[in-house]
Amino acid sequence: MTPSVAGADAALVRPRKHLADYVETVLPKVVLGPTLLCGLIFVYGFILWTAWLSFTESRILPRYDFAGLVQYVALFANDRWWIALKNLGIFGGLFILFCLAIGLLLAILLDQRIRAEGFLRSIYLYPMALSFIVTGTAWRWILNPGLGFEHLVRQLGFEHFTFDWIVTPGMSIYAVVIAGAWQSTGFVMALFLAGLRGIDDSIIKAAQVDGAGPVRIYASIIIPSLRPVFFSSLIILGHIAIKSFDLVMALTGGGPGFSSDLPATFMYTFAFNRNQIGLGAASAMMMLMTVVAIIVPMIYSETRRRG
Amino acid sequence: MAEPYRTQAVGPHLVARAAVYTLLILFALYYLMPLFVMITTSLKSLDDIRSGNLVALPRAVSLDAWVKAWGSACTGVFCGGLKGNFMNSVSFVVPAVVISTLIGAFNGYVLTMWRFKGSDALFTLLLIGCFIPFQVVLLPMAQTLGWLGIANSIPGLIFVHVVYGLAFTTLFFRNFYVTVPSELTKAARIDGAGFFTIFWRIILPLSPPIIVVCVIWQFTQIWNDFLFGVVFSSGQRQPITVALNNLVNTTTGVKEYNVDMAAAIIAALPTLFVYVVAGKYFLRGLTAGAVKG
Amino acid sequence: MGSLSIRNVVKRFGPVQVLKGINIEAQDGEFLILVGPSGCGKSTLLNMIAGLDTITSGEIAIGGRIVNDLSPKDRDIAMVFQSYALYPNMSVRDNISFGLKIRKVPKEKQDEIVARVAKTLQMEPLLDRMPSQLSGGQRQRVAMGRALARDPMLFLFDEPLSNLDAKLRVEMRTEIKLLHERLKATIVYVTHDQIEAMTLGDRIAVMKDGEVRQLASPQEVYDNPADLFVASFIGSPSMNFIRSPVVAENGTIGVQLHEGAERFVFRAPPGLEASLRSWAGKEVIMGIRPEQITDRSPWSGENPHVVSRAAKVEVVQPTGPDTLALIHLNDTPVTCRVHPESAPHPGENMSLMFDLSKLVFFDPQTEKRIS
Repeated sequence: MTPSVAGADAALVRPRKHLADYVETVLPKVVLGPTLLCGLIFVYGFILWTAWLSFTESRILPRYDFAGLVQYVALFANDRWWIALKNLGIFGGLFILFCLAIGLLLAILLDQRIRAEGFLRSIYLYPMALSFIVTGTAWRWILNPGLGFEHLVRQLGFEHFTFDWIVTPGMSIYAVVIAGAWQSTGFVMALFLAGLRGIDDSIIKAAQVDGAGPVRIYASIIIPSLRPVFFSSLIILGHIAIKSFDLVMALTGGGPGFSSDLPATFMYTFAFNRNQIGLGAASAMMMLMTVVAIIVPMIYSETRRRG
Repeated sequence: MAEPYRTQAVGPHLVARAAVYTLLILFALYYLMPLFVMITTSLKSLDDIRSGNLVALPRAVSLDAWVKAWGSACTGVFCGGLKGNFMNSVSFVVPAVVISTLIGAFNGYVLTMWRFKGSDALFTLLLIGCFIPFQVVLLPMAQTLGWLGIANSIPGLIFVHVVYGLAFTTLFFRNFYVTVPSELTKAARIDGAGFFTIFWRIILPLSPPIIVVCVIWQFTQIWNDFLFGVVFSSGQRQPITVALNNLVNTTTGVKEYNVDMAAAIIAALPTLFVYVVAGKYFLRGLTAGAVKG
Repeated sequence: MGSLSIRNVVKRFGPVQVLKGINIEAQDGEFLILVGPSGCGKSTLLNMIAGLDTITSGEIAIGGRIVNDLSPKDRDIAMVFQSYALYPNMSVRDNISFGLKIRKVPKEKQDEIVARVAKTLQMEPLLDRMPSQLSGGQRQRVAMGRALARDPMLFLFDEPLSNLDAKLRVEMRTEIKLLHERLKATIVYVTHDQIEAMTLGDRIAVMKDGEVRQLASPQEVYDNPADLFVASFIGSPSMNFIRSPVVAENGTIGVQLHEGAERFVFRAPPGLEASLRSWAGKEVIMGIRPEQITDRSPWSGENPHVVSRAAKVEVVQPTGPDTLALIHLNDTPVTCRVHPESAPHPGENMSLMFDLSKLVFFDPQTEKRIS
């Protein structure tokens, strides 16, 4: 151990570093290690693996000889893939739009110092606690032509009312929008509400003193200052939209036929049901690239702006 | 009592508030409607369903659909109801939640109190992993699970959910521990406490709020998951979400909507229960996850 | 042995040199203050003494042992933080005995130490409370109690009073001073408040931009500041700085001043005449403290170095015990301290006494004091 020194004139002694101290500098890295390894292998490594598969002619079993872009060519020659992409655009766009609009509206309404605000908030938010499968199942029943909403309205007297989107090839994707928006709006509302509450009161008071009316205040001051919230919501909703799989499987099964297919259901079907691993891998890579292409620039530009 | 003086007319003000409340209530009804429909439909007999309509109350309340959903409905080839799958879910959700929360806590602790060169960069890399669409890891993971001998098994599902839940749990704990003053760790180090002592005696006792948020979030995510369940398990090993989907999608025989609804509610009960009991923590989890980076 | 030895200590963060070579030797039982504006490096230096930050080059020795490679717990130090850093989930008693528990001190000894510390700091009724139930001043005392319980060779204080309100700060200052006198411990104390530095320290190290500008007793730093920065930093209201040319007149050396239209010369103090002679014809910066410019008093006639002049007072600021009067010399604002009763109205002239014996002069280029 370290020898102690007696007397002010003793030569200054240099004690040795303890083993325990070395351990303490290494320990943090050891603790973080497994997680980082997981990330390295099971995220980044697997992405590379799937990428490789997408460049091979794998069908039921994986093959690892390089075959160029053959799967990507096949992918974009596949009608069903184009339908999936189109549906993603429709679904994604409408889903995000409705969630943002209704979420903002609900947040603004709730912000008006409402009684039972907490109670109402928990009603709008509870769908987020449900699995998309449960949501899909419930809405599948509600949108059931013949026994669901259509039947109800007809019973109320509107005998020629039709609402059979769920079994109509061209409209099935819109049914998915309805169910999806129902589930996720509450979340957006919660984010906007938190954003509204974070706005500095004194700015609003200054505007009131300046003579601005409530609509003006909302339009010119409050909504613009919610920009970061719009932004986070956009990223999260976009993410949910691109990954949407559960909801479609439960609500329409991708059907009728494959009219409500989305890239996620396409990938599952081809990789696991149709024994086309290479094609499935290619579609998965396309999904990844979509996410990267949209989300990364958004994050980059917003962090740049906030500088 | 004298009326307080108002500078604006009371009239339009009242109208505006009435409009606000009306809208809010209408929306509330819109959100509650599916739940109402699920419950009432599950309590009706098939005749009742056919002769009535979506929102009508059951003529005679019957729990037959529930009994069937739990014990004898067909989820594919097997016709034993959802109870087996419910147990499956419980048996992998609980360990996965516990393990991922524990590791996340340690990670968050290291990333805030024992920073080293590059630890922040590593955190960012980890975070990016939150964003990937899981489709892109399904094929390799299926292969890997097979190699490890845990394909189509509960341990396999635990493994998958832990691996892909680590990024979120680490994020939660890291964002929480960042608010703990670093001087606390400094004082403890001077007092002689080491890495584990500081975590156990000082950091962990401060953590219950975030532990609750993390557990609720993970529980909800993992219980409600479908993708990993449908890809990495089959038959009787499947989680309840997959079994529900199978049950609802069977094309043989008469469609028993009441059983479908009962089954859906059974699948939703645990997470709904957690939501009702600990809703505000659920909300905190959502907003914490959204305030990334 | 309680001495602290800091030799040629340098600290670099990447390309930035935060500490440029610090040399300080503290004696046993000394109360050493590190004072300076934020960013001067004082907290970094304290962290390096504690072992919470690494040393880029140089040596730090505590009690004769070089501690560069030792972890904080092995350096025989205790630290009191600005934010108190009390363990929130432990009672006051457990906070104080935490370190003892870790070092496996037997329970009876622990209790004995806690009782002794509680008595010294008059905290006995607080022992079973939780930190959240304590006021700021009480928390600070617990933090000090935790340090005392360790009975270390060196106490480190990192701006411990900055979070307290002004009144409490003055009370705690007295307590800390009493504690030092009683314990005769070696203390290194970091603060940005020059009043704390002056009232508490045996010696003050005034720091700026990673360097020690002056290390001396409070009075020495006050009367003979090493450079312009130290002179301006210590003392409130700050010393007045007046640019003026050095002139030789009738065999004596002085500085040329004007107030309004009047021109006059202030004679240099006897000790500085020789040094200032070489500055004749050039400009220096003259420093005079506000309390050296006062109103007429019955005794002023006795001091040969006190000169009387009239000046126009522009602004008047009463502080209670005295009133600050602003005049202009060489077109520079100069603050004077006068009795409230003698203070004129703004715009009026006033007869002032200038004590020239304490004048200091600085080289305008190097900013160092001319001695």
